[in-house]
Amino acid sequence: MKPSPAGARAYWRAHLRLLGVLLAIWFFCSFGLGILLADWLDQFRLFGFKLGFWFSQQGSIYCFVLLIFYYVYAANRLDRRHGVDEDADPAITDTPEQ
Amino acid sequence: MEAQSLTFLFVGASFALYIGIAIYSRVGSTDEFYVAGGAVPPLANGMATAADWMSAASFISMAGLISFIGRDGAVYLMGWTGGYVLLALLLAPYLRKFGKYTVPDFVGDRYESDAARLVAVLCVIFISFTYVAGQMRGVGIVFSRFLEVDINHGVIIGMAIVFFYAVLGGMKGITYTQVAQYCVLIFAFMTPAIFISLMMTGNPVPQLGFGGTLLDAPDTYLLDRLDQLSTELGFAAYTEGRKSTFDVFCITAALMVGTAGLPHVIVRFFTVPKVRDARLSAGFALVFIALLYTTAPAVASFVRVNVIETMNETHYSAMPRWFKNWEDSGLIAWQDKNNDGRIQYRAGAALDGAKPIYSPGRGEHGQRLLENSPSENSNEVYMDRDIMVLANPEIARLPNWVIALVAAGGLAAALSTAAGLLLVISSAISHDLLKKVFMPGISDKQELRYARLAAAAAIGIAGLFGIYPPAFVAQVVAFAFGLAAASFFPAIFLGIFYSRMNRQGAIAGMLSGLVFTSGYIIYFKFVSPELSNPQHWWLGVSPEGIGAIGMLVNFAAALSVCHLTPPPSEQARQLVEKIRIPHGAGAAYHHQQNH
Repeated sequence: MKPSPAGARAYWRAHLRLLGVLLAIWFFCSFGLGILLADWLDQFRLFGFKLGFWFSQQGSIYCFVLLIFYYVYAANRLDRRHGVDEDADPAITDTPEQ
Repeated sequence: MEAQSLTFLFVGASFALYIGIAIYSRVGSTDEFYVAGGAVPPLANGMATAADWMSAASFISMAGLISFIGRDGAVYLMGWTGGYVLLALLLAPYLRKFGKYTVPDFVGDRYESDAARLVAVLCVIFISFTYVAGQMRGVGIVFSRFLEVDINHGVIIGMAIVFFYAVLGGMKGITYTQVAQYCVLIFAFMTPAIFISLMMTGNPVPQLGFGGTLLDAPDTYLLDRLDQLSTELGFAAYTEGRKSTFDVFCITAALMVGTAGLPHVIVRFFTVPKVRDARLSAGFALVFIALLYTTAPAVASFVRVNVIETMNETHYSAMPRWFKNWEDSGLIAWQDKNNDGRIQYRAGAALDGAKPIYSPGRGEHGQRLLENSPSENSNEVYMDRDIMVLANPEIARLPNWVIALVAAGGLAAALSTAAGLLLVISSAISHDLLKKVFMPGISDKQELRYARLAAAAAIGIAGLFGIYPPAFVAQVVAFAFGLAAASFFPAIFLGIFYSRMNRQGAIAGMLSGLVFTSGYIIYFKFVSPELSNPQHWWLGVSPEGIGAIGMLVNFAAALSVCHLTPPPSEQARQLVEKIRIPHGAGAAYHHQQNH
């Protein structure tokens, strides 16, 4: 079954909310901790690293990896909940669209 | 065995592997040639994307660059990885749902305009050639240094290999060779890194050893030692930045957005079967990239400590072989300013002029003589940044097979990226230019023939760039990212997320972003390079970071023009509705094939 226009709009709104939250975290981990707050963070230490230095050369990259995998998980779940995932109805997905 | 025969063995074996894969994955249709039939599993696509993305610059140059600029090297580390978050969240899944072959395809179809398609084709070709020139040169350098083959012959051998698998195998051949190339390059990068981390800090994980204490001084952290050495010699402390915060912000943003807008990376997400595979393979790609990108800054600091401690105040005659080898290759020079026969390594340029000019003959210690007049400061050493990774195993006195491995890895990195770029160029010409605009009547077989011809021609031109490197290559790399950030990213992003965006807005945005960004870069790189410093830059933004502002210019122009002109057609709106929803990706694909 094809999602109704209202259902499609609700799905897209929920999806945009997810993107907004994840991009805010993305910005905070890289531009925030790695650049804007880095000098302030340097007063703290993580072993031999100054904390701001660590975020800018290591930590931000780990955050990026975690963010994408969380997105994969959350977006696939969202697709299924709204019935718009690719396996929703194999009969339709395999026929050419008109 | 000698390092050189081992290198021949390793490089020869890896090339045989690539050719074997090419023969195994020949293609017979444009669908396979452009997007490998859309049947690449996500894990394989992740590896292929990582190899496609990590070029000679990532493998050979980046760690060396960071080791010279320290903290500020973070702009490359964050910029070239953070873009994958944008790609995974904002572009890849929807473009996969769109289900066609190229980036200009999307721009042309979404905005229903051949003019927009042509602007996109020109950007693709310009960005890709800029990039590919550096790769072929990288191939030549590795050949000449490690195999003592003439640089030009090295470039020709590289061209022949790429020709074989790109023309024969198209995207399918490229994908599976890239998977093999990723394995070769990551093994080659990690092995010496692990060795060196063990030798210096006793920790086998470079990412941890980087923050650990030194084996020879268990109370001192490696980074503290490095800060101390650097300031003693007159350099800035390694862990402190020198660029302005705003400039760092802009460069990072331009590189991130530029990465997400690079056509040869985007097109990799057209090759997986489903929307959720596109999401997942972006995640895998970033894991594989992050492995190298979190190791590179560790290598950078290890090498820096090693180089300073080995070189500074050492008598020339006591210097290890690598120093003289690279001096013979023209990438190291020593000028004994105070005539004490010892090497003084300090901050500042050692020579007048950008590069050393050697005169015939040797000095009293056996060093190559120079025609450059010495500079005012007391630094005596010129060192090309690019040698740090290649020389790393020699500097750390690692066994010969590690040196051979690094040579094979450098070649894998350069060849994999070159092949991906060449494919993007060939599909832009055969598909977007010929099939979609000038020769719509051609059959699939004819289109495939043109695609192969275009790939062959592109390889020829790339080879010429490698043999006669245009002097401007280093300067125009900023261009590639700036243009991708200021043109493609906003056009694609708005095409997906803003259904009101119309043709007029998109074209106005792309053109104003392009003109603004290229104008700024051309002014500071070519017209008045002597003015290129923070005092003269607009708001203190360097040409490397201007793409971020160019992107804002694009958004502003696109949105204002869009609201002054009629909304897009019902068809364009339906296309947007369709690509936002994963359901039915298979259908879009079949529709395409039935055309």
